[in-house]
Amino acid sequence: MQPIIRGLAYVVGDAIDTDQIIPAEHLVYSLKKPEERRLYGRFALSGVPVGGQGLPEGYTPFTDPDEYQSRFTFIVAGKNFGCGSSREHAPFALTEAGAQVVIAESYARIFFRNTIDGGFVIPFESHEKVNDRIRTDDELELDTRIGQLRNHTTGQEFLLKPLGDVADILRAGNVFEYARQSGLIPVA
Amino acid sequence: MALTVTEKILARHSGRERVVPGESIWVDVDILMTHDVCGPPTVDIFKREFGENARVWDPDKLVVLPDHYIFTKNHHANRNVRLLRAFAQEQSLPHYYDVGTPRYKGVCHVALAEEGFNRPGSVLIGTDSHTCTSGAFGLFSTGVGNTDAALIMGTGKIWLRVPQTMRFIFEGTLPPYLMAKDLILAVIGDIGCDGATYRAMEFDGEAVYALSMQERMTLTNMAIEAGGKNGIIAADQVTLDYVRARTDAAFETVFSDTDARYHSEYRYDVSELEPVVAKPHRPDNRASVVEVAGTHLDRAYVGSCTGGKLEDFKAAANVMKGREVVIDTFIVPATTEISQALHTTSIDGTSLWDVFELAGCKMGQASCAACLGGPPDTFGRIPGSEAVISTTNRNFPGRMGSKQASVYLASPLTVAASALSGVITDPREVLV
Ligand code: SF4
Repeated sequence: MQPIIRGLAYVVGDAIDTDQIIPAEHLVYSLKKPEERRLYGRFALSGVPVGGQGLPEGYTPFTDPDEYQSRFTFIVAGKNFGCGSSREHAPFALTEAGAQVVIAESYARIFFRNTIDGGFVIPFESHEKVNDRIRTDDELELDTRIGQLRNHTTGQEFLLKPLGDVADILRAGNVFEYARQSGLIPVA
Repeated sequence: MALTVTEKILARHSGRERVVPGESIWVDVDILMTHDVCGPPTVDIFKREFGENARVWDPDKLVVLPDHYIFTKNHHANRNVRLLRAFAQEQSLPHYYDVGTPRYKGVCHVALAEEGFNRPGSVLIGTDSHTCTSGAFGLFSTGVGNTDAALIMGTGKIWLRVPQTMRFIFEGTLPPYLMAKDLILAVIGDIGCDGATYRAMEFDGEAVYALSMQERMTLTNMAIEAGGKNGIIAADQVTLDYVRARTDAAFETVFSDTDARYHSEYRYDVSELEPVVAKPHRPDNRASVVEVAGTHLDRAYVGSCTGGKLEDFKAAANVMKGREVVIDTFIVPATTEISQALHTTSIDGTSLWDVFELAGCKMGQASCAACLGGPPDTFGRIPGSEAVISTTNRNFPGRMGSKQASVYLASPLTVAASALSGVITDPREVLV
């Protein structure tokens, strides 16, 4: 986990479900083959209705048409981010697009687990609603060690919730490394 | 110390006397289920982590059911099934239900029940969020992603945080115009799409135990729609009869202690409830059918693990018999067993299959079909801005195809009544 992450914010609303993060029709691409896996980056967050894409204005795709990488590092959301299906393609798609952090008021549990266990985007929880206080394209800086978030565009600062016991898995890298360190998987 | 049924199962599977909500524990898995969407990427991770020649921890505990993208020409989707087939062969998996063979089943959650994998007291994990369905059999079941599944494939273990339990008690006698779907939509409407996040949802009460196994599965199926980690109904004689008819495997039933501690408790008198829908675009956007009656519809859909079981079709056929639908209506049995039963089960001498065909419905093959949109040639997939009433479990934007569509979730009775009139219709108007 990088100590300091800096980049642009992409803001969405409440209850962004996994079909909005990566629509079901795209789940067929291989996650291994490079020419196919980059399609997950292209279609990340493409299921969000256009008016809700990049708040407050909307109509801003997360990944520009014909691109595979997003210019946004942070996804800032409301409640229950990642609700819906168990598809790990969802955090994978965000990571493949180049995002590193999600900041939401709350998460659906399978999505939260998947981000941690797979070592994808880091899921931080905010104490209060922040997706109305950060605008798409604001420049953010996060100190992941203490959860301090600074909005360089507005000068505002927020303290995010501590990561809790899942931080052990995040530090290990993913659940396999964690399991090796705890002796559950024998190390060759 | 007094434990809920969920806590007790997790304790027994982690070699402990007791567990406390909030603690993270390593749990032994009895059954791991995967399907064609999440199976191939799970296998990729399994091989990356455990080696190209790795063997699954216990082939007898892995159940592989292709069901999602089956009847499509999409070559990526077809490739997924080929990958599963190759893996099943490589690992000599006894429980692989291949497409195009007599073993093919259809929707995984219903198939797990029919094939006897839902055993009371056990731990069943699946790479699908609706794996919570199996909890209807008094077991702990939850959905996970590919990484967690790959770890189970290699070790037979999963780390879980012990959930607090919310208890939902249904009392009274269910009126003939209501189904389990109305009960669970009412609960989700009350507590919201994140009202049970990280928690167990335990269903109890005489009205629950008066339900068949298929109807109980509708309740637990939608626990995830309230964010729940698992849904659970302790086993009774109905459960045991169902399970015993389908497996010889050993199992041990587990019950909540009477003084177990719950996070919260909700009580419903089912005789006072009304038919409900979830309006677009969230399962917690509840309205009574009376409130939205008359809303224009373009399509109706009866199918999925939630609303595509034999009892769902019996209910729909009861409404449709001798009548004709006025909008495009899609009938998709969850499994091949149900599909066959549509031919052998009849009302007043007419098979359910014929009731639907005579009513003008379009009949699909056992699979997930349009429940999750899928490739453009998927049966029943919503192409544009249609208004659809459906017995499925999710109505987030784009779930059944087009983002422009509006999907109303309802019971099979309400969907059938609405298919006859082309507007949302209270089943009480057509049930005699
Ligand atoms: S029928 Fe629908 S909800 Fe059920 S497993 Fe298939 S896609 Fe998921």
